[in-house]
Amino acid sequence: MSTTQLEEPTRDLSEDELLRLGLYRQVVRIRAFEERAYRLFMEGLVKGTSHLSLGMEAIAAGFGEAMRADDYTFCTYRGHAHTLARGTPMAGVMGELLGRASGVCGGKGGSMHLTSVEHGAMGSYAIIGAHLPIANGAAWSAQVRDSGQVAVCFFGDGTTNIGAFHEALNFAKVWNLPVVFVCENNLYMEYTAIGDVTAVEHPAADRASAYGLEPIIVDGNDPDAVYEVAATAIERARTGGGPSLIEAKTYRHGGHSRADPGQYRPDEEVAAWLERDPVPTYRARLLADGLDEAALTEIETQAQADVDAATDVARAAPPPDLQAAYTNLWADGGSSWRN
Amino acid sequence: MAELITYRDAVARGLAQEMRRDPSVHFLGEDVAAAGGVFKATKGLLEEFGPQRVRDTPISEEAILGAAMGAAMTGLKPVAEIMFSDFLATCWDLVAVEIPKTRYMTDGQVTMPLVIRTANGGGLRFGAQHSQAVENWAMAIPGLKVVAPSNPKDVIGLLAAAIRDPDPVLFFEQKSLYPSKGEVPDGEIVDELGVATTIRSGSDVTIVALASMVPRAVDAAEELEGIGISAEVIDLRCLVPLDTATVIESVKRTSRLVTVEENPRLCGWGAEIVSIVGEECFWHLDGPLTRVTTPHIPLPSADALEDEFLPSVDRIVEAVQKVVQ
Repeated sequence: MSTTQLEEPTRDLSEDELLRLGLYRQVVRIRAFEERAYRLFMEGLVKGTSHLSLGMEAIAAGFGEAMRADDYTFCTYRGHAHTLARGTPMAGVMGELLGRASGVCGGKGGSMHLTSVEHGAMGSYAIIGAHLPIANGAAWSAQVRDSGQVAVCFFGDGTTNIGAFHEALNFAKVWNLPVVFVCENNLYMEYTAIGDVTAVEHPAADRASAYGLEPIIVDGNDPDAVYEVAATAIERARTGGGPSLIEAKTYRHGGHSRADPGQYRPDEEVAAWLERDPVPTYRARLLADGLDEAALTEIETQAQADVDAATDVARAAPPPDLQAAYTNLWADGGSSWRN
Repeated sequence: MAELITYRDAVARGLAQEMRRDPSVHFLGEDVAAAGGVFKATKGLLEEFGPQRVRDTPISEEAILGAAMGAAMTGLKPVAEIMFSDFLATCWDLVAVEIPKTRYMTDGQVTMPLVIRTANGGGLRFGAQHSQAVENWAMAIPGLKVVAPSNPKDVIGLLAAAIRDPDPVLFFEQKSLYPSKGEVPDGEIVDELGVATTIRSGSDVTIVALASMVPRAVDAAEELEGIGISAEVIDLRCLVPLDTATVIESVKRTSRLVTVEENPRLCGWGAEIVSIVGEECFWHLDGPLTRVTTPHIPLPSADALEDEFLPSVDRIVEAVQKVVQ
């Protein structure tokens, strides 16, 4: 699903170049959105908690570009990036963060439950591991309906030690489901290093063989590499080849959540990963490969303008009507439990 | 025409009725297909509908309910079996946190048309981990519909209603009732959720019961009639939606209420009924609102102990006599 649109290309771009501009546009938009979200937390406009994907943008970007418009995304409470990567409008996501009626969930979901079914973003799940079995269900449904759709399920490294991860992988393999499991290994669960509490070095890939799956590790900070493994795994799922488990190595620039400055991480480790920041490194690679800087600048300018506009819309939107609290529990639109 | 069938066979008949009608209905669970279920309640479904629609799963309750949930969100109408209701605890995240909340959290972007069938309650000497009556757990979660039929006809009709319902339904089959028989008419049977049945009229006291407590309440009412007490018996059938209107109308006439439940004492469903009646029928009452429950203990295994602790006909009679005095 390429969302790249360039008004006046200076020359005819190859398919590959258009794809890479699409990837760049994704990482830049997610970066711009997450930086704004962080600022709005600091201003007190976003309540509760929030989990940013700063530094991890390339994974959502690579998959977002590799997926078909009707494929399904299941993600976690750290799901702004994955929701945006499917084409969900920024204003609706920002509105949800700010608790406004204009939010994608009308203010009932919040940062941890972003969902936009019309864009294939089937929900952000805030209980570790919960959505792996659920993604299986969407994949099963696609299989039964013979729709060719694929479910892609993103989760963190900490998820690999919970039961649902293991139940879901076995089930997906036994039923040969069209599902792609993507472990975003950012080296830390919340405050504890995944390596300190896990029996194997690569928490997802080293478990793959237990479920008859190939171990796949990818540089999660490299949009090109992520796109390539994503496209391969999605194609395999779409053509009846069954599930994949991909471990994408990455790093979050900040702490686990709003409340966490991330000081448990050694300075030199943080510095080394900042060197590998997916946004500037990808930019430099695209320039080195001959893409026009003006095209990149245009993407960056547009992303900032989109974030500004989304912020304005969200700030101007009213809070949800109080009656909305009593709607949409049941399919009849209401919440009544008695006559 | 009607025939006499078991509660067990009614389960398979209800499922088959709906699977014939609607190709989007799929059924999954542990030992449900080739083996026909550990209680033999799903015998014959694999043969009729094939391995794509009737599927055995690994012993992975989270995987089972997750599959049902994801499929329900994307166009199927899954029926998932959790073999014993005690095992709901192993997938409680799906039951209590994912399935009931996702429609609400997304402000109606998804619907969740799924049914979780499960064998519930005591009476078969299975001990504390295979005998719990946990319908009150489900009742405590906003977003779940909760059904517990007491007889074969209701099993078919309410299962059909549950499968056709666009919301998630927990369908509690009382396992000691599986061999019990009841008259069932020929042809399609479709009932309605949230409608209690008055199965015996009376004027002195209203007894509200559910599932296996219904036949005991009826036996108690017959015994009470012999000593001059006229008891009305209501089979609640559903806890959510809750047919409070039928209960309130009855209590306003009889002026007395006894609830009979298999739940342990604290926060059993009877407490909710008593609370509602206390608030809304207070000025009509002539006796204390009374609950008959199991004691607040795990259910013991030995015959003598289990019989002692499950609400018996004698205990119901005794409780009613105290209220009517």
